[in-house]
Amino acid sequence: MTTAPLSPARTAATAARVLRQLRNDPRTIALLLLVPCLLLLLLRYVFDGSPDTFDTIGASLLGIFPLITMFLVTSIATLRERTSGTLERLLAMPLGKADFIAGYALAFGTLAIVQSLLTTGLAVWGLGLDVTGSPWLLLLVALLDAVLGTALGLFVSAFAASEFQAVQFMPAVIFPQLLLCGLFTPRDQMQPVLEAVSNVLPMSYAVDGMNEVQQHAGVTGDFVRDVLVMVGCALLVLAVGAATLRRRTA
Amino acid sequence: MMNKQPGPAIRATGLTVVRGPRTVLRDLDFTVPAGRITGLLGPSGCGKSTLIRAVMGTQAKVTGDLQVLGHPAGHPSLRARIGYVTQAPAVFDDLTVRQNLEYFAAVLDPGRRAAARRQENVTRAVADVDLTSHADALAGNLSGGQRSRVSLAVALLGTPELLVLDEPTVGLDPVLRRDLWDLFDAIAADRGASLLVSSHVMDEAERCHGLLLMREGQILAQDTPDALKTRTGTDTVEAAFLSLIDEAAEAAAEAARSHRQETPR
Repeated sequence: MTTAPLSPARTAATAARVLRQLRNDPRTIALLLLVPCLLLLLLRYVFDGSPDTFDTIGASLLGIFPLITMFLVTSIATLRERTSGTLERLLAMPLGKADFIAGYALAFGTLAIVQSLLTTGLAVWGLGLDVTGSPWLLLLVALLDAVLGTALGLFVSAFAASEFQAVQFMPAVIFPQLLLCGLFTPRDQMQPVLEAVSNVLPMSYAVDGMNEVQQHAGVTGDFVRDVLVMVGCALLVLAVGAATLRRRTA
Repeated sequence: MMNKQPGPAIRATGLTVVRGPRTVLRDLDFTVPAGRITGLLGPSGCGKSTLIRAVMGTQAKVTGDLQVLGHPAGHPSLRARIGYVTQAPAVFDDLTVRQNLEYFAAVLDPGRRAAARRQENVTRAVADVDLTSHADALAGNLSGGQRSRVSLAVALLGTPELLVLDEPTVGLDPVLRRDLWDLFDAIAADRGASLLVSSHVMDEAERCHGLLLMREGQILAQDTPDALKTRTGTDTVEAAFLSLIDEAAEAAAEAARSHRQETPR
């Protein structure tokens, strides 16, 4: 290879382009930013009689929303790049695969920061979510979740031939994690096999991390472990996703 | 950077491409001379797009030797030197014409210091394809012909030494088609660039300096339009093409007949 693996200028141009595409589509932005807030609001009054339950589930959801939304947005967006021929064109130009992936991660990461600021702000200051730790740590976990969602979305888009299939990957990839992440019942009370499975799913660490922040004042060792696992997972899936971007196709 | 290539722009020897169970291109030999417009003509489904994708290095399962601008096809150093237009317009529907071009220009020529040059290139490319009045329209809101012109404008950004265009004039009105061919002429004459243009419209063949006539994954003939017409004793490239197909069919039938006679019963 004569080109460097990652060109900051091309990565920034790609991120700016993805954000421009979104800006030309205000309804998608509104849905991305407002729907999680409305769901939190809904949840708050569903658990009107038991604020403790809202504290646990609300904190977990702050970590789950960015993962799901970024997963959906990225899988559709990159599928469109594959089917419209823009990906083939870009890879025939001097754009590195790393530029492409980092550009997407950067653009959707930015969007995730805005989304998380809104949801965390609303939950903590508007709906009285009781957090022992710092809300900034909640934000950090949410951001990592968003990058993880972007990575997963990029990866599954390689296996979807149409947007119908891409949307169906959401129940296939996200729902099992949702059931096993400890949102519905503590993971150590699950059937041992399921508990073992939940130990290797990244969303479990997102929810664990959120709960650590919710229950403890400082940065705990478990929190550091959760964050490291999420970073590792995101990097791993991004690398695997990069391998699915082929310059030569049949 | 060297602009003049000593050899031809493209040279293929024994080029074969397999897609799934089918051999789409079978043992092709051809050259695309530098500084000229070469037309790649043949009915749809004959393998034109596969040949073009092989030249661009985006086609898998390519065997044989394929040299492009002195490098093996798909070599990373070629990516900034070739302008490529796919058959379906490969542009972002949710960006305006100008935003599309600005992004692709930034990929070709990145960095803040190149910003003024990029702006110039974008404005020129938009004018080249006659879309200045639509520069701020979303690509998704344009007509089919306009969208393929946006796609063409992307390939004209920068100063490619080789332009590879897969059916660039499909769905365009006659006036625009004539203007684009004038533009291709100018690109070859003024910049010394080489062009490989595929088409299934035979009347466009007259505008090419050289022709590759393709049918069912094979090159039927490689020559200038005039030489082809003289050789087959016809007035148009279309008639020459048909006559060549008949000739090939007759030869095949003849070969089959003699093969049958030689086989003892």
